[in-house]
Amino acid sequence: MASAPSKLYADDVSLLVVLLDANPFFWSASSLPFSKFISHVISFLNSVLLLNQLNQIVVIATGHNCCDYVYDSSSPASRSAGTGKLSALSVDLLEKLEEFVGRDEKLLKKEPEGSIASSLLSGSLSMALCYIQRVFRSGPRHPHPRILCLHGSQDGPEQYVAIMNAIFSAQRSMVPIDSCFIGAQNSAFLQQASYITGGVYLKPQLLEGTFQYLSTVFGTDLHSRGFLQLPKSVGVDFRASCFCHKKTIDMGYICSVCLSIFCKHHKKCSTCGSVFGQPHSEAASEPNKKRKAGDT
Amino acid sequence: MASAQVIKRAKYKTTVKDPGTAGVLKMAWDRFIFTPNHPNSASNLDVEFRFIKGHKNTKEGSNKPPWLNLTNDQGGSYIFEFESYPDLHTCRDFVGKSIGRSGETPTAASGKTDASLPDEQISTAELELRIKLLRENSELQKLHKQLVIGGILTEAEFWATRKKLLDRESSRKSKQRVGFKSAMISDIKPATDGRTNKVTFSLTPEVILQIFAEKPAVHAAFLKYVPKKMTEKDFWTKYFKAEYLHSTRNAVAAAAEAAEDEELAIFLRNDDILAKEARQKIRRVDPTVNMEADQGDDYMHLPDHGLFRDGGKDIIESQYELYRRTLAHDLNRHAAVVLEGRTVEVELEDTRTVAEALAKLKRVESANEDSDGTANQGILERIARITEIEDLQASHGPPLAPLCIKDPRDYFDSQQVIAVKAPAAEGKKCNLSSREAYGSLRDSISQTKQMGLLNPVVKTKDALQVFNALSHDISRTKYDVGKNPQDSVLDKLPSTTKEQLLHHWTSIQELLRHFWSSYPITSSYLYAKVNRLKDAMSQIYPQLEEIKKSVPAHHKQHVSVLVRQMHQALDAAFQHYDADLQKRSAKSSERPNGYV
Repeated sequence: MASAPSKLYADDVSLLVVLLDANPFFWSASSLPFSKFISHVISFLNSVLLLNQLNQIVVIATGHNCCDYVYDSSSPASRSAGTGKLSALSVDLLEKLEEFVGRDEKLLKKEPEGSIASSLLSGSLSMALCYIQRVFRSGPRHPHPRILCLHGSQDGPEQYVAIMNAIFSAQRSMVPIDSCFIGAQNSAFLQQASYITGGVYLKPQLLEGTFQYLSTVFGTDLHSRGFLQLPKSVGVDFRASCFCHKKTIDMGYICSVCLSIFCKHHKKCSTCGSVFGQPHSEAASEPNKKRKAGDT
Repeated sequence: MASAQVIKRAKYKTTVKDPGTAGVLKMAWDRFIFTPNHPNSASNLDVEFRFIKGHKNTKEGSNKPPWLNLTNDQGGSYIFEFESYPDLHTCRDFVGKSIGRSGETPTAASGKTDASLPDEQISTAELELRIKLLRENSELQKLHKQLVIGGILTEAEFWATRKKLLDRESSRKSKQRVGFKSAMISDIKPATDGRTNKVTFSLTPEVILQIFAEKPAVHAAFLKYVPKKMTEKDFWTKYFKAEYLHSTRNAVAAAAEAAEDEELAIFLRNDDILAKEARQKIRRVDPTVNMEADQGDDYMHLPDHGLFRDGGKDIIESQYELYRRTLAHDLNRHAAVVLEGRTVEVELEDTRTVAEALAKLKRVESANEDSDGTANQGILERIARITEIEDLQASHGPPLAPLCIKDPRDYFDSQQVIAVKAPAAEGKKCNLSSREAYGSLRDSISQTKQMGLLNPVVKTKDALQVFNALSHDISRTKYDVGKNPQDSVLDKLPSTTKEQLLHHWTSIQELLRHFWSSYPITSSYLYAKVNRLKDAMSQIYPQLEEIKKSVPAHHKQHVSVLVRQMHQALDAAFQHYDADLQKRSAKSSERPNGYV
């Protein structure tokens, strides 16, 4: 067995961290029912595990009020054996998911206003990155991690800062963030995440074929991506949210010290405390006022 | 306010070296008048403060006479020498006030003048920098040619936003401050003329600077005696005589000469000022310095560590200790001066300037040291703390710094509040209540548990459809855009098109920057500028169209996307211009009685 260790952790071993959207408000209004979706996902996870004996999978559920790990393939064998219809992975995952949903419901404080509530993408991204960091520090030989976001809920602009921070730290650790977005409109955050970290952003046109999309585009490990051609998104929505009201804005004011974005003029930057000068428009409006007073 | 007029006796000089014509200087609030004592002299002056840009004056503490230098805006200067410093100060204050007062009115006036470009004082150095930048950066040159020579922007405006580039250029050329040489150039050997008994010493300003730095007594003597008591040549002759006496190692003769000539004595004796400085330094030595000596520190049994100057041996008798100067002394002093690293910035032209510059430097340093009283306090405290004997003291805990951790919950709570208040985003309405939503999710999960996964997971036709769509998309985008998401469209275009597009883009950027910064329009200068910019932009517009047409078919789409962006930017500018124009014409028609 002396030569075997050198064969461990070859280039094509991957650690796939899947961020599964478990926002009930989204799923109750989605065209693809959750039960079908989860079968696509479980089949995909099984096939990834089949590709290489050393592949690992971690699934994090993104809820409305909390996020949690629901499956870790490297943890000791699950309690339940597979039933005839389902593998051990599926049983384990589904049970934990159910518990998670129950926990999430308990944490619900009030009804979400308006139409669609967003899920806690920033939280699950952070958890994924922490797990990956732990893997990095586990030794010189470790699988190559990547993050796959199976997401459908809308972007919550209040999470802009946290998500951007997570994206930049993923870029720094060279962890690509792939996204398969099954919601209605494009998600600006996930587009930016994939663009910045070098991952793939995909919005499937045919939701019944989700499994096919997943296995074609997101199944391969990072090393093999070098010789494959994966779909590229043509445009990226780079809009930001303002720091004061969390609205998505196109034009705004930026603090020249810390680059925080504001939609209205402020006297002081709330992030770094620097004091701003006067805007130009006030000087021009004064003569107008004087003239009006003179005319009447 | 002080009196509205100041009348003082003064001499008017055109340059620093000019002896000056005596006369009377009268200053009123808007002008100053100088009438010379001799009515025939030609230096009558009557200058308004409007034209005076600034004023400089000599300081009271320096050895210079009290001069006031008024610079006018054409670069000329008027220098007045007063009789005393208080005179100078009153006049200077008056001048300062008048310039400040008259400075307000001209700017208001020039704001109304028609299209007059602001005066710019370009020094030749800056002009050279600009030319160099233009030569090196061909893009900048093209832009410059198009905009400035085409008359759209002025030089001032063009370079106003590029100060950073110019600064970078100028700082690259900044002079390195040269310190002292480590060679002892002050130890000059004379050139001897074999036939006569003359020896010639050659002095350069660097050597003089080093001599003054190493021997403060000589420096002080120079400042004191020259040019009042003796000329510079005499001074140096005496100095070198003293040096010669030193080199002969004849302490007896040195003592004899010193007794006769007072000035020579200064050069022959040990340096008083140096001794004083050394004493001060000794007092300030940290008592915690480890003074343990070892064999390497032995400097007593061999004089000068066994080194001899010029090969001779030193045999000194005690009564002539005062006149002894060993190699060790000189070397140590030279090394200390070199390591101090004092640099004198002035051009070393003649001895006088050297002496004065060094004197000024020393004054500045001693002033800085004196103001360092608190540093001494700190040193004393530190010494007291270090020299305490630990086992005789009670133990005190480690020093504490106040902890300031902001509660991270503050940030997240505020975010929560904002999130709750966030307005509703668009999207499908969720008709179910939250309980129903959670319930349905749980049901789906349990249903999957019961039924198992879909079999087959995906239908064949769906899979095939997906496959085809993906392949098509991938091949299309690969052909069009390239492999990496961060590849640029521009690289695919033919190079001429690419260059043209980039050039247009930079010029549009530049024009738009100037355009938007000119709003709101407060003066007719800005108005004219905006018009020029708008004309330039309207010219670029059709040029972009041309490019779009000239590109081969398979690039047309990308080029049109890029061109469209540029058009949009220009359109926004045009819109703003038209809206503003309308507003102005509407406003001007409001004025009663046709007043314009």
